[in-house]
Amino acid sequence: MIALDSVSKSFGGRRVLGATSLAPALGRTSVLLGPSGCGKSTLLRLMIGLLAPDSGSVSFDGVPLSPANIDEARHRIGYVIQDGGLFPHLNARRNVTLLASYLGRDRSWVDQRVVELGSLAHFPVDALDRFPAQLSGGERQRVALMRALMLDPEVLLLDEPLAALDAITRHELQTELRQIFARLRKTVVLVTHDLHEAAWFGDEIIVMREGRIVQRGRLDDLLQRPADPFVAEFVRAQRADARLVAT
Amino acid sequence: MLLLVASGVAAQDKLVIGSKRFTESYILGEILVQTARTVAPAEHKQGMGNTGILFTALKNGSIDLYPDYTGTVARELLKTDASDLGSLNRGLAPLGLGVAVPLGFEDTYALAVLDTEANRLGLRTIRDLASHPELRIGVSHEFLNRSDGWPGLKRAYGLPQTPRGLDHGLAYEALAARQIDVTDIYSTDAKIEKYGLRVLSDDRHFFPEYSAVLVYRLDVPRRFPAAWSAIQNLAGRIDAQAMVRMNAQAELEGKSFAAIAAAFLARTPPQEGQPTKRATFASLLFGPDFWRLTGQHLLLVFASLAAAAAVGIPLGIWAARTRAVAQPVLAAVGLIQTLPSLALLAFLIPVLGTIGVWPALVALFAYALLPIVRNTESGLSDIAPALRESAQALGLPAMARLRLVELPLAARSILAGIKTSAVINVGTATIAAFIGAGGYGERIVTGLALNDNAMLLAGAVPAAALALLIHALFEGLDRAVIPRGLR
Repeated sequence: MIALDSVSKSFGGRRVLGATSLAPALGRTSVLLGPSGCGKSTLLRLMIGLLAPDSGSVSFDGVPLSPANIDEARHRIGYVIQDGGLFPHLNARRNVTLLASYLGRDRSWVDQRVVELGSLAHFPVDALDRFPAQLSGGERQRVALMRALMLDPEVLLLDEPLAALDAITRHELQTELRQIFARLRKTVVLVTHDLHEAAWFGDEIIVMREGRIVQRGRLDDLLQRPADPFVAEFVRAQRADARLVAT
Repeated sequence: MLLLVASGVAAQDKLVIGSKRFTESYILGEILVQTARTVAPAEHKQGMGNTGILFTALKNGSIDLYPDYTGTVARELLKTDASDLGSLNRGLAPLGLGVAVPLGFEDTYALAVLDTEANRLGLRTIRDLASHPELRIGVSHEFLNRSDGWPGLKRAYGLPQTPRGLDHGLAYEALAARQIDVTDIYSTDAKIEKYGLRVLSDDRHFFPEYSAVLVYRLDVPRRFPAAWSAIQNLAGRIDAQAMVRMNAQAELEGKSFAAIAAAFLARTPPQEGQPTKRATFASLLFGPDFWRLTGQHLLLVFASLAAAAAVGIPLGIWAARTRAVAQPVLAAVGLIQTLPSLALLAFLIPVLGTIGVWPALVALFAYALLPIVRNTESGLSDIAPALRESAQALGLPAMARLRLVELPLAARSILAGIKTSAVINVGTATIAAFIGAGGYGERIVTGLALNDNAMLLAGAVPAAALALLIHALFEGLDRAVIPRGLR
């Protein structure tokens, strides 16, 4: 679906992403894992066209992204960021239905869809009239997820979606999200700096460092066959051990 | 709709009479307009800023005639010395103007000091001032800059002092309070006797003759034959004594200009017969002109505000989206803000070819721009990048993002900018009176000319009240416009 071909990006003279190619596996969850500044968020934003690559190309369904087709492509991609990015001037329902209303979707279809998503994301329908400021962090992320899934996109991109949450809420949402991903069978790309989270979600973990992909594989591969000392150190630093492998 | 009414004035052929910003001119203007009204529709645009503004207004037809003095016309307008009617008419003819109807009195410039000071220092003529450089001289702004004013006087008598400019209406009180020692007066001023002044004689004959005449557009007799004929009958009917008496009725007895003019024309003393108390603040505040002035002031403020919002908000949006233009746009509107309001007004009159509402609206529009443009730009630029990107990531096109996300988020800032402009405009609109646009400023200008505090306040208080009202109105608007989630 989405294919990045030798894309690179620099900001103000600093090279954030070296020539990288990546095509996330269809229907599976891929996790971009790495420390701050490794380029994982940049890679994600290139996928949805929030950034334009300095070199290389980004394609959706085989067609390179351009200003002419970018909005259409975005209707088929869901995007969730840390702390939701919910519009504070709209209540939760309006946040979720904003795009659908703009596109003139049938009112009853929209309402029905909201009910479906509310049950999927475990967000009570009667709380939809609240404004983002009145919701907790966990509730905001559920609404953000609903918004991303509104038009049933084929791809779901999540940029450190749980990083701003407390441990208990994070744990709860990790469990639920994995169930949701399994149920929906979408192509999911999730960015995180947490190895445990990566292992929990990731059919495939893509480790990045300083703008390059250094290793791809399952957790087992990273533990037993680290591609370089960095990966070994990264894994060790997060106190990962064999117990995690048994999931 | 008010705009149509305002511009409709030009369409209806009314004789428009102007007057300058001092008592005598107001009174003559009233006499002229009441005389004309007996046979034709006429309007008195009273208390306009200065001779220059009146002259420009006359040339472009915004007014049809106004009272002036032969010396002024010669030296100030035609820049010549010959002040006889023939020479003046020859000089004015190419401009389509003429002088006529010598009213019958002279009102010359003179310098005056307190009688007691004159005795103490032995001052009898203007030449005597040269040997007293320590004397503080305060003169009207017009006198200070006119070629037949201070500069010429200084040269003729070799005077060492540097005078300060102050409003003529305040000069007498300043002299009495000994804040200045010498001031310029007009020989028909009402207050000469009252304040015990000594007029210094002009032994070098610097000041030319200042006979009161009318300066008029040459097409007036053709367009308003009956009115012109009635006005011509005024020739020679006002002598110096009568003028002084009328000035006194205004400045010392507090009678209205209209009443004084009416009484003069009816050849009866004004209604009350005896000196009465000056009109109280309360009666002035809600006088018969209150609704007209309120309407004019509201029109000035809101029409200019609406235009400024219609232009300023898109400008602010443009500046926020295209970083390259942000600096130049903000700099340009900021520059306009620094122009002194009276200067901008005077500049607009020849450009627009008219006095009154239009130049005032253009000036107020210009001043209302900066807060609106700046607040729109900053309101949009201050939106968190994460929110902006979320809107983009949804796949909303640029215009939809602006309408559904960005402008609502910037609404508070934009509204604050409009509110600031509105409140500022209420104050700035008071100067519109200088160019005959009306509004509460008219009372302020008159109050200044007469040194009448009650009149001054009767203009200033409603202006302040209006500012407060507008502020409250916008508080209410805040509640309506700003999305609930953002309050």
